[in-house]
Amino acid sequence: MKINDALSGAALVALGAAVLWHIQGFPPMPGQKFGPAWFPGLIAAGLIACGALLAATRLRAATRDPLLALPAWTRRARPLASLAAVVAGLVVYVLAVDTLGFHITAVALLMVWSRLLGAAWRFALPVAGAATVIIHLAFYKLLKVPLPWGLLKGVVF
Amino acid sequence: MTLAVLSQALSLVLDPYVLWVVFASAAFGLFVGAIPGLTATMATALLVPVTFFMPPVPAIAAIVTATAMAIFAGDIPSCLLRMPGTAASAAYTDEAYAMTKKGHGEMALGAGLVFSAVGGLFGTAVLIAAAPALAEVALKFSSFEYFWLVVLGLSSAVFLTFGSPLKGVVSLLLGLLVAAVGLDNPAAFPRFTFGNAELSGGLTLIPIMIGMFAVSEILRNVAAMEQPWEMAQARIGNVFTGMWRLAKRYPLGILRGSALGTAIGALPGAGADIAAWMSYAISKKFSKEPEKFGTGHVEGIVEAGASNNSALAGAWIPSLVFGIPGDSITAIVIGVLYIKGLNPGPTVFMEKAPEMYAIFFIFIIANLLMLPLGVAAIKGAKQLLRAPRELLMPVILLFCIVGSFAINNSLFGVVLMLVFGLLAYVMEENGFPVAPAILGMVLGAMLEEHFISSMIKSDGRLLGFFERPIAGALGGLALLVIAWPLVRAWLERKGGKP
Repeated sequence: MKINDALSGAALVALGAAVLWHIQGFPPMPGQKFGPAWFPGLIAAGLIACGALLAATRLRAATRDPLLALPAWTRRARPLASLAAVVAGLVVYVLAVDTLGFHITAVALLMVWSRLLGAAWRFALPVAGAATVIIHLAFYKLLKVPLPWGLLKGVVF
Repeated sequence: MTLAVLSQALSLVLDPYVLWVVFASAAFGLFVGAIPGLTATMATALLVPVTFFMPPVPAIAAIVTATAMAIFAGDIPSCLLRMPGTAASAAYTDEAYAMTKKGHGEMALGAGLVFSAVGGLFGTAVLIAAAPALAEVALKFSSFEYFWLVVLGLSSAVFLTFGSPLKGVVSLLLGLLVAAVGLDNPAAFPRFTFGNAELSGGLTLIPIMIGMFAVSEILRNVAAMEQPWEMAQARIGNVFTGMWRLAKRYPLGILRGSALGTAIGALPGAGADIAAWMSYAISKKFSKEPEKFGTGHVEGIVEAGASNNSALAGAWIPSLVFGIPGDSITAIVIGVLYIKGLNPGPTVFMEKAPEMYAIFFIFIIANLLMLPLGVAAIKGAKQLLRAPRELLMPVILLFCIVGSFAINNSLFGVVLMLVFGLLAYVMEENGFPVAPAILGMVLGAMLEEHFISSMIKSDGRLLGFFERPIAGALGGLALLVIAWPLVRAWLERKGGKP
């Protein structure tokens, strides 16, 4: 996604302003000049200056770009769907893993992802299963990472 | 350094478990480096969750070995596909591909392999000699010197690159803002936590780095999945043929590449990719036959190939001695060093001498092991590059998820990974470099702490920052780096194109 520098510049100015506003509530350090607000204040000032500069440079240029431009591949269905699936899959993982459990979520996501990227069922299925089992063995068994069991609580292995 | 320390270090390294880790991470590094789109930094970010659970020496050994292998292996797809495997090979990708097209694929790969190992060993020698000596000097450093070192690192990351310096500064500021979250500031006041307990300890850097270096790469890969890779040359003969002749023909280039690479690596904030670009340009400038560059001429590959691997070792000098990363790989490493109780700083060479020398030994082993394993990787390149990306990317993604979760056993890590992965993707698509943001995150707390204690010591006078000789010199150097874009613009206007 190509964002026009004028737009990202404006966003940076807004971010800087929001930080400046937020740090007004930070308490001063008794007895000295540099309290907790000092460093973020400097960063915020920098963000505002850079954002303004970025926007100004863009606006002064002769060419007029659209505010948002999508690269050519986004007009084709496949890459767009794959990209969306990666992001959506990660969101689904965060929301669902505690209920469904790691194993079910992982196998499902791997299958959806590899199918969308163009893998055949006969590869997608065994790879999803094998990868999940290997991660289970490496992280749950060996490294003792508490991956949630969810629905499979009854069959803990 | 005493014999007792050396033998202790050797016994740490020669542990069968450590050697097993070295072999496994070497294979991992070769694989990741050889696949275009999977970088050496990504290899490091993916290794961290695993090393989390290892003793210090194997943990560091895994990262050292994997990155050395990955930087070399990046040359393989450069030769065969005209795609750099890692950013550090990009400087001479066209050259290497042109050589393969002319039927000299063996020589391009062999030069990449042999002179990577030579450069790596050179950088290691400098690291072994310089780091403990520098640590002696650094013992006398005060907050003024550290402040300037941090500024030097941050400004090198912003200004010694090819993109827009303004966008580099923006990236740096965003990184510093991330570093400001949490209680870790001189006043110990909870900043930007919004009452959230997860935020009061600050944002955990490892999931962020997995996001910025691995998830963003996967997003890029997935978007470009439709183009198939086409190999230029299927059969590869003996890659060592003619290497001795090359070494005798370009001894100065090899030395120059290794020395410049080590120096650029040791400069906080600048790493292997910049070293390779600079060495390639210098090689062309001083070559007897500069007109051959770009047509499939090996000279630049010899020099730049040595340079990027020596930079890798050089980057560990400021990381170990000052805790200031030399590049984005060591930015991740510093986090691992703290977790493992090997807190970087001048005293680490006294307090943890056996571990430090064990790390040095690992560097030597990794660079020697590169030769046989590199040949195997080259021989297997055809299969390696046929690895089905549609199956590989999802598995890497799942690995990223579990890795980000494992750091704090918290789903918040996965959320951080996703948010920063998207952010890095959008940033890079729009020409904002990611490296300055990472350095900002790693060094933000240090920058603030040393600035404030320096200000208190000098009673608020900025001139006080230049009054100690070393601080003054470092400050001057940092200001020079900051002024560099202006100097470059002036030179270009004066003498046409550089």
